[in-house]
Amino acid sequence: MLKAEIFVYLKKSISDPPGIAVLNSLKSLGFENVEKVRMGKYIVVYLNESDIEKAKEEVKLMCEKLLCNPVMEEYKFNISEE
Amino acid sequence: MKFGVVVFPGSNCDSDCYHVIKDVVNEHVEYIWHDYNEKLDFDCIILPGGFSYGDYLRAGAIARFSKVMPRIEEFAQNGGLVIGICNGFQILTESHLLPGALIRNKNLKFICSDQYVKVVSNKTPFTNLYKENEIINLPIAHGEGNYVVDDDTLHEMIKNQQIILQYCNREGNVSEDTNPNGSILNIAGICNKEKNVFGLMPHPERSSEKLLGCEDGKRVFLSIINYLRSR
Repeated sequence: MLKAEIFVYLKKSISDPPGIAVLNSLKSLGFENVEKVRMGKYIVVYLNESDIEKAKEEVKLMCEKLLCNPVMEEYKFNISEE
Repeated sequence: MKFGVVVFPGSNCDSDCYHVIKDVVNEHVEYIWHDYNEKLDFDCIILPGGFSYGDYLRAGAIARFSKVMPRIEEFAQNGGLVIGICNGFQILTESHLLPGALIRNKNLKFICSDQYVKVVSNKTPFTNLYKENEIINLPIAHGEGNYVVDDDTLHEMIKNQQIILQYCNREGNVSEDTNPNGSILNIAGICNKEKNVFGLMPHPERSSEKLLGCEDGKRVFLSIINYLRSR
């Protein structure tokens, strides 16, 4: 079994309203040195697969087809043995 | 004339759309289930508002892979009229029938209010009974209506007159102050290059009867009928 940990986040050029809200909240809690906050999604997919290269290809397809909207988001992922 | 209203798990404005077509503008209408997988024999397809598949992952992202969607893409590519309202608009961008995407409202709030909207173009099958630059009042109700698109596509859209509705105030001023959700250029509704696919965040079906306080939205449906009759 392989475990793919996928991070989906807004492109740098897209403003991130939840990120800005958290930034303001951190500042109001006294964390004055916080410069920027970006929010995203963390998705874990378990694959019945042993070939890491094959899994990478599949996860890339999953991201491009469904998990990420390339108009506004980017993604990265790590694959490990579970 | 035959209208179809697609029903996804989570659609909640399907009955409103059905009611407006059947009882207000008096045309034939049928519900289309999300797994319908036959050729769509309709004159206009409506993707209603709601929270299809709970809006899990992203608004419209899962609905875009419903069995009916390739049929709708085929229908649109053959020139059929498709209108997506609110969640329907989000589904149309996810399925690339319309450019851009819709992200969280700038103020993070779910907005439910009346909103003045400018009809930037009446040269579409969906707005032909409005005057150019007419200011109308339509209800909005959404948490993810903040329209984003890359600069190149936006320039193309302006060139092709694809921006159809913009948020404004009663006087028609389009500015940051009159933008409820942070949409680029105050965009409230757009169409594709061919003008047969229209997506908008406001709800014309909720403002099609005097009983509900306003009937400014009714002319969207009358425009469609007018277009189909004159074709």
